[in-house]
Amino acid sequence: MKDWAYKFAEHRGALLALLVFLLLFVIYGSNHPAGFTANVMNTAANKGVLLALVAMAQTLVVITAGIDLSVGMIFVLTNCLASAIVVGSPLTTALGVIGVLLTGVVCGAINGLIVIFGRLQPIVTTIATGAVYFGIALWLRPQPAGSDAFNSDLADAFTGKIFGVVPSSLIALLAVVLIIWAPFRRSTVGRDAYAVGSAEVAAYMSGVPIRRAKFVAYTLAGLLAAIGGLFLTFITYSGEASLASGGNYTLFSIASVVLGGVSLFGGVGSAVGAIFGALIFRTVGDLLFVFNLDPLYQPLFQGVVLFLAVCLGSVRLFQVRNRLDLFG
Amino acid sequence: MEAAAVPLFRLEGVSKRYGGVRALEKADLIVEAGRVHAILGENGAGKSTLIKIIAGVVEPDEGSMHLEGREVRFARPAEANAAGIACIFQELSLIPDLSVADNIVIANPPERYGLIDRRRQREIAEEALARAGAEDIPPLAPVKDLALSRRQIVEIAKALARKPRLLILDEATSALTAADVAKVFAVLKRLRSEGLALLYISHRMHEIAELADECTVFRNGRKVATYRAGTKSDEEVVEMMIGREYRHVFPPKPARVDDGKAPTLEVRNLSWTQRLRNISLKARAGEVVGLGGLDGQGQRELLLAMFGVLSGVAGEILIDGKRVAINSPRIAKSRAMGMALIPEDRKTEGLMLPMSVGDNLSFAGLARMARGGIIDRAAERKAIDEMIRLLAIRTAGTEIAVGSLSGGNQQKVVIAKWLMLKPRILLLNDPTRGIDVGTKQELYQLLRQLADSGATIIFYSTDYDELVGCCDRVLVLYDGAVQRELEGAEITERALVASALNISASSREAGVSPAVNA
Repeated sequence: MKDWAYKFAEHRGALLALLVFLLLFVIYGSNHPAGFTANVMNTAANKGVLLALVAMAQTLVVITAGIDLSVGMIFVLTNCLASAIVVGSPLTTALGVIGVLLTGVVCGAINGLIVIFGRLQPIVTTIATGAVYFGIALWLRPQPAGSDAFNSDLADAFTGKIFGVVPSSLIALLAVVLIIWAPFRRSTVGRDAYAVGSAEVAAYMSGVPIRRAKFVAYTLAGLLAAIGGLFLTFITYSGEASLASGGNYTLFSIASVVLGGVSLFGGVGSAVGAIFGALIFRTVGDLLFVFNLDPLYQPLFQGVVLFLAVCLGSVRLFQVRNRLDLFG
Repeated sequence: MEAAAVPLFRLEGVSKRYGGVRALEKADLIVEAGRVHAILGENGAGKSTLIKIIAGVVEPDEGSMHLEGREVRFARPAEANAAGIACIFQELSLIPDLSVADNIVIANPPERYGLIDRRRQREIAEEALARAGAEDIPPLAPVKDLALSRRQIVEIAKALARKPRLLILDEATSALTAADVAKVFAVLKRLRSEGLALLYISHRMHEIAELADECTVFRNGRKVATYRAGTKSDEEVVEMMIGREYRHVFPPKPARVDDGKAPTLEVRNLSWTQRLRNISLKARAGEVVGLGGLDGQGQRELLLAMFGVLSGVAGEILIDGKRVAINSPRIAKSRAMGMALIPEDRKTEGLMLPMSVGDNLSFAGLARMARGGIIDRAAERKAIDEMIRLLAIRTAGTEIAVGSLSGGNQQKVVIAKWLMLKPRILLLNDPTRGIDVGTKQELYQLLRQLADSGATIIFYSTDYDELVGCCDRVLVLYDGAVQRELEGAEITERALVASALNISASSREAGVSPAVNA
């Protein structure tokens, strides 16, 4: 095989997700009552970017063969916090944004530290910490509310259109990919995260700093979820401690990750694939609307897609030759 | 004493215990630069522990290590790497989902502006692959797509990329084809001439003869001797490797009578992936058939294949002369098959440690104690008590957690659990590993009793002494195939070690074909 063939094979999952998304989106756009207008695109982009950010967060943890069930709750917590502190003058707004992002970093770091030093399974750890994060969110915003001084100029700049056509949310997402994901993917610590997820014992034997890799993965996941929470606030101008929303985003992020070609067994996939996975998942939900199906069926339909996505992730098990490996 | 130049690496009085077991006892070793030093010893002689200590995987309880005269201590493999010690382990340390180049630089990727410099990485990988004589391996290929022998070469390239001064190879050629071995040897000889010190662990005597400058023999965790390669005959080496401090008392073996019936268990031409090659065996009622050979030559897989754990097994299994299809342990243990497997790792495959002794005992046989899906408590109680008496399991009661028993008593619980099903065919996977001498004796008695009452026993053990004492016949496996079959008086420790090491001289002397002649 030539070099390009290996590179293609490496990105096959993400490319496949991109193709599926484009196909679905064309079906969606061409059947939309308003057609392919800039406004239709912008609304779809804003919704898609929210899930894409949470899915990126999930990807980082799943790559290390873990799972983060608190991403949705960090998303909700930072939404509530942002609605209260991203306010006033450019200076106070900037401080508010930094505060929101730092909160996400701290939440992610706590997850990482417990998983690494408490030696608890990621699934148990993040269910527990997620409940705490949600509790704090509810304490911040007992009722859905916004602040009068909320910096809506900043919000509109991130959710509007550039030159009246390009959704600025997509540009922001691209920036996040370039600033956070790309360096991670190409750094030593990023590669270590893949190594840990693929074969932790082999990684240890090779002298890979396993703890550092996991810590960075969980912490960046917290940061990405916080960016998602900030973005939600830009769209709604308010904060809402919604348990349903937190749970949904966590669950949908897992579906997105799998649809985007990231292996739940760890070591395989990319956040770019997960972004397309998230866009597929969103488009599937929206398709029901353009075909005038009862919105009551949406959860069922999305549930089926989620189920199929998870089944997709276990295809590997059919190749197992030693049945004892099924339990490994 | 210090007249000679300081050796590259010196090990002094190093000991390591695991629980009550001495894995290594006051070991000394000197490795010189530009030499190949071979380590020899049978299963459990302490070779793996020695290597793990040098490579920083485990820390010694006592003793010291010196690199170029300076004392060194390694808490992690990474520290040993940094000091210039690279190790190629028997179990591969490659990351399957990463590319060949990613793997070669994994411990210390080249960086530029904080990111991995992919062009430089590729240069390093290509250079290392070339040094390992494998320019044909594409650096971008994911390791999981490579054949096992190619992976082994990548493993060597990975070690070389660290520019080590001491390179340890632990059974590094066991997965290689003859052509690959020749290539690797050319590489190793060149590395030796470049001044690298090599520590070479292999069971292939002809490889050691070709490559080694010095040899050190270990036995029972102690160093027996160090000698210049070529100064001892194969027979003398085998003699150094065996030799015991204690002898077990084994129950007498009854004379074998051919009853003319079909064997209880027969296996014809069994093969599975690369690990089992065309294995045939016959075992009659009342026979204890041993599986011998070095650890990891396919004995475990053979037992798992017979017990229905492996899928994609080629060949036939016959019980009482009739072909059967065993696709799962559930079928294997059914009344029609009557098989039981005592697994190798009692803690994960044999017992539910937190559950009670009683629950563990009745697990495999529950279905036979239930009526209409409801467990008959009285019958269960009776069966449990009977087993505790029969095997003399020392426990404070049936309700305490099985994890609180001693290793030997835990193993008795595993065996008792299966005896409740009254199996006709008992497969044992190294059942005496890590248990005390007294319990071992009881197990030997039990095996013979079971055989005398008509059971067929397949007994894999890494302890040659046990095979000699317990078995009516022994099949010695090598590289997934039956290397030799020993019967009656032929079963000696010397013959077992010689055929396990695949020394051609000894099989010539006995003149027994490796085919099945039951």
